[in-house]
Amino acid sequence: MDKVEAESAASPYITATFRIRRFNPEIAAEAVWEDFTIEIDPKERVLDALHKIKWDVDGTLTFRRSCAHGICGSDAMRINGRNRLACKTLIKDLSPEKPISVEPIKGLTVLKDLVVDMDPFFQAYRDVMPFLITSGNEPTRERLQSAADRERFDDTTKCILCAACTSSCPVFWNDGQYFGPAAIVNAHRFIFDSRDEAGEQRLEILNDRDGVWRCRTTFNCTDACPRGIEVTKAIQEVKRALITRRF
Amino acid sequence: MQIHKYDTVIVGAGGAGMRAAIESTKRSRTAVLTKLYPTRSHTGAAQGGMAAALANVEEDNWEWHTFDTIKGGDYLVDQDAAEILAKEAIDSVLDLEKMGLPFNRTPEGRIDQRRFGGHSRNHGEAPVRRSCYAADRTGHMILQTLYQNCVKEGVEFFNEFYVLDQLITEVDGVKRSAGVVAYELATGEIHVFQAKAVVYASGGTGKFFKVTSNAHTLTGDGQASCFRRGIPLEDMEFFQFHPTGIWRMGILLTEGARGEGGILRNKDGERFMEKYAPVMKDLASRDVVSRSIYTEIREGRGCGPEGDHVYLDLTHLPPEQLDAKLPDITEFARTYLGIEPYTDPIPIQPTAHYAMGGIPTNVEGEVLADNTTVVPGLYAAGEVACVSVHGANRLGTNSLLDINVFGRRAGIAAADYASKADFVELPENPAEFVATEVERLRDATGDERVSDIRRELQECMDANVMVFRTEQTIKTAVEKIGELRARYKNVSVQDKGKRFNTDLLEAIELGNLLDLAEVMAVSALARKESRGGHYREDYPNRDDVNFMRHTMAYRETESDGSESIRLDYKPVVTTRYQPMERKY
Repeated sequence: MDKVEAESAASPYITATFRIRRFNPEIAAEAVWEDFTIEIDPKERVLDALHKIKWDVDGTLTFRRSCAHGICGSDAMRINGRNRLACKTLIKDLSPEKPISVEPIKGLTVLKDLVVDMDPFFQAYRDVMPFLITSGNEPTRERLQSAADRERFDDTTKCILCAACTSSCPVFWNDGQYFGPAAIVNAHRFIFDSRDEAGEQRLEILNDRDGVWRCRTTFNCTDACPRGIEVTKAIQEVKRALITRRF
Repeated sequence: MQIHKYDTVIVGAGGAGMRAAIESTKRSRTAVLTKLYPTRSHTGAAQGGMAAALANVEEDNWEWHTFDTIKGGDYLVDQDAAEILAKEAIDSVLDLEKMGLPFNRTPEGRIDQRRFGGHSRNHGEAPVRRSCYAADRTGHMILQTLYQNCVKEGVEFFNEFYVLDQLITEVDGVKRSAGVVAYELATGEIHVFQAKAVVYASGGTGKFFKVTSNAHTLTGDGQASCFRRGIPLEDMEFFQFHPTGIWRMGILLTEGARGEGGILRNKDGERFMEKYAPVMKDLASRDVVSRSIYTEIREGRGCGPEGDHVYLDLTHLPPEQLDAKLPDITEFARTYLGIEPYTDPIPIQPTAHYAMGGIPTNVEGEVLADNTTVVPGLYAAGEVACVSVHGANRLGTNSLLDINVFGRRAGIAAADYASKADFVELPENPAEFVATEVERLRDATGDERVSDIRRELQECMDANVMVFRTEQTIKTAVEKIGELRARYKNVSVQDKGKRFNTDLLEAIELGNLLDLAEVMAVSALARKESRGGHYREDYPNRDDVNFMRHTMAYRETESDGSESIRLDYKPVVTTRYQPMERKY
C-alpha cells in the first residue's frame, strides 16, 4: 500500500469550523464574521469546504472559483491571515482543530462576501503594456530565442493574475495608486524577454512615483504567490534595470 | 433591461473567443461577453502542447498530421476540416510565437517539440515530435498571450456577463441570429445585445460528470442556449476520457508526461500498454489508453485496496527533466496527493475531459441549422463547436490547435459578415425568456436543491455513460436524467438577491447540464456500434455501414409544452482516407 492509500483507509472525516467574513450590502452595511461547522475530510481543499457550506448549508455564501486546481486564479482569499488560493490549500495544513478564518483579499473593494472588485488590479496590469512589442518586419518563421534567453524570464511567465501578491502588499493597502507586485511581475516578463523592444518604455512607466520605488521589500508578495514566483526578486531586478538601464 | 448594439458579439473569452476577438476587433465593433474574467478560462488548464508539423526537430509534414487526426477520430472526422486544421496549424503556432508566446526552445533557438498520443511519423510508423509546448503550461501561456494581445488591440470585454439566451428571428422562412441575452452577475441586470454576428466560444460541458478535469464553470451554456432555440447538436455521444486524471479528483496530468517517457503500470508493475498498443504503447490515442486502464482495473490488476486506479510512473525520469518539462503536474501530485513523483508513482484514473460534439459548424465557423443550411450571423468555435475535426476521439494537442485555427476563422468570418449585413430585428420582448427563468428560480419555493440534483446527475453519468457503455446502462441514464429534469422544475435557491447571485446561476447552469446530459445519453443509445470515445460493450465493433455518420440531435417541443429529442444523421466528409482498422 502506498502512502495515499494508507491514509485513505482510515475514516477520513473531522469536524472543522470555518469563520467566514460575510458582507452583503443588500442586507447590511457592515461586514460580520459567521461560523460554519461542518464534517469534512481534512485532505480536501478549503474550496471544497466552501462548496460544502454553499451547497448544503447556506446558498448565499458567495465566492469566485473555476478550475479548482490553482491554474485559473479565481479564488485568492485570506485564509488564516495569509493570502492563498482556496483550491490549493488543504484543510489539514491549517490546524483545523481551531477555527479557520476566511476573508476577502485586502486592498480591493469588497462587493459581496469573498468577492472583491478586480478592476483596479487589471487596470494596473494593463498600464504596464503587458504585450510583446517589436519593430521592423516580422520574420516568416518564428523569432529565434536561445534556451538561456527563454529561461531569463521563465519565472514571471507563471503569473495567473490571482492578485494574491498585490493584495498582500502593505504599500498597496495604504496607497491604492501603487502598481502593485503583479503588474511589475508582468512588466518584468516582457522587459527581460529578448524578443521585446519596449523595455525602456515600461521602465519609464515603473519609474513613476507609484512605480517600483514604492516597494519596501517586505516579501509578503513572494510568500503569497501560489505559483512560487520570486516576486520580490523580480521587482528588485526591475529596480536594478532602472538604475543600470541594462536588461 | 439595457439594450446594446454591436457589429459582432463573442460569447466566451477562452482561447477560441479571444483568438476570434483579436481578428474581429480589427474589422468590426466587437463586444466579448464572458462569464469569467478572461484569464480564468479553462484553456489555461491545458498542459501538454499544440500540434503543428513544424518539423523543427525531426521530419514531419501536415499530411501526416491530417492522417493522424482522422485515424485518431476513428474516421468520423470531416476530412476537409482536418486538412485545414493540420495545414493552418503551422501558421497558427508561428502567429502565437509572434504574439509573444514563450515556447520552449531547441538548442538552435527554434520552437521545441515533443511526442504526444496518436501523433506519428508516416501514417503510424512511430511516434513523432509534433507538439509545440511551453513546459506543461502551454494552455496557460496561450490564454495569457491571447489576453495580452486583446489588451493590445483594445478588445472590449463585458466580464462576468452570463449569456443565457440566443435570439433567433425568422426572416422569409430563414432562421437568422439577432443577438443574445446576458445576465450581469454584479447587478442581476439583464442585457440584450443586438448584433449582426454572434460567435459562440463558450467551451465545454464536462461538469455533468463527477470525475472530470473540467472547471466548475464548464456547464455547456452555449450549447444549451442554441439547442433550446432549435439549433441541432452534433455527435454529443462522443466524450473524451483522458487516461491520466489524479485518482478520485480528476485533475489533469498531461499526456506530455508519457510523451517525456512516463509509463503506465498496473499493480504488478507491468507496463500494460504494451499488450494493447504494441507500437505506440503509452502514447496510443486517449480512448484506447482509457479503455485499457479500465480493462486492467476490471480484470483485477488495479492498484490500491479497492483496485480502482493504476499508476503513472515517472520515477525513472531524471528530476531535472521533470522540473524543466513537467513542473506543474509534479507539483499537483505533491499538493493534492502528498506524493513525490521523483520517487513514487502517481495514482491515476481516466477523467472526463473533452466534448468532441457540439454546435455544428462548417469550416468557416458558420453554425448549421440542419445538415446543410447555415444560420446567417451565427458562428461557433472551440469546444462548444463541432466542425468536426475531432470525430469520435480528439488527439491530444489538437484542441489548443482547434481554438486557434477555428477561433481565428470564426472571428474573421463573423466580422466580414457583420461589415456587410444589416441588423436583424429583435424578437418581441427579447429578454422575456431570461427574465421569466430568472424570476421563476429566484422566487421558487420548491423543496429540491440544486446540489442534490447535480450530485445525482454526476454520479449517474459516471456510472452509466463513461468509458464503457451498454444499452442497459444508457437506458438507466436516460431514465434517471428524465427523473432529474422533472425534479429540477421544483428547485429553489436560497439567495434571493440581485448582487453576485451565484446560487441562482448555479441553478441555471444545472438546467443546461441536464439538457445536454439527456442529448448525450439519447445520442449514445442510438449509436449501436463502438467508435472512438463511444464504446458499447454490446456492440464492440465499429460499424461503418450503418454508423459512419454524424448524429444530429434536435429539440422538439410539442404544442402541450412536452419536449423530446429527435435524432437525424449527417454524412461524414471523406476526401482521401478510406476507413481502416485502427491499431496503435
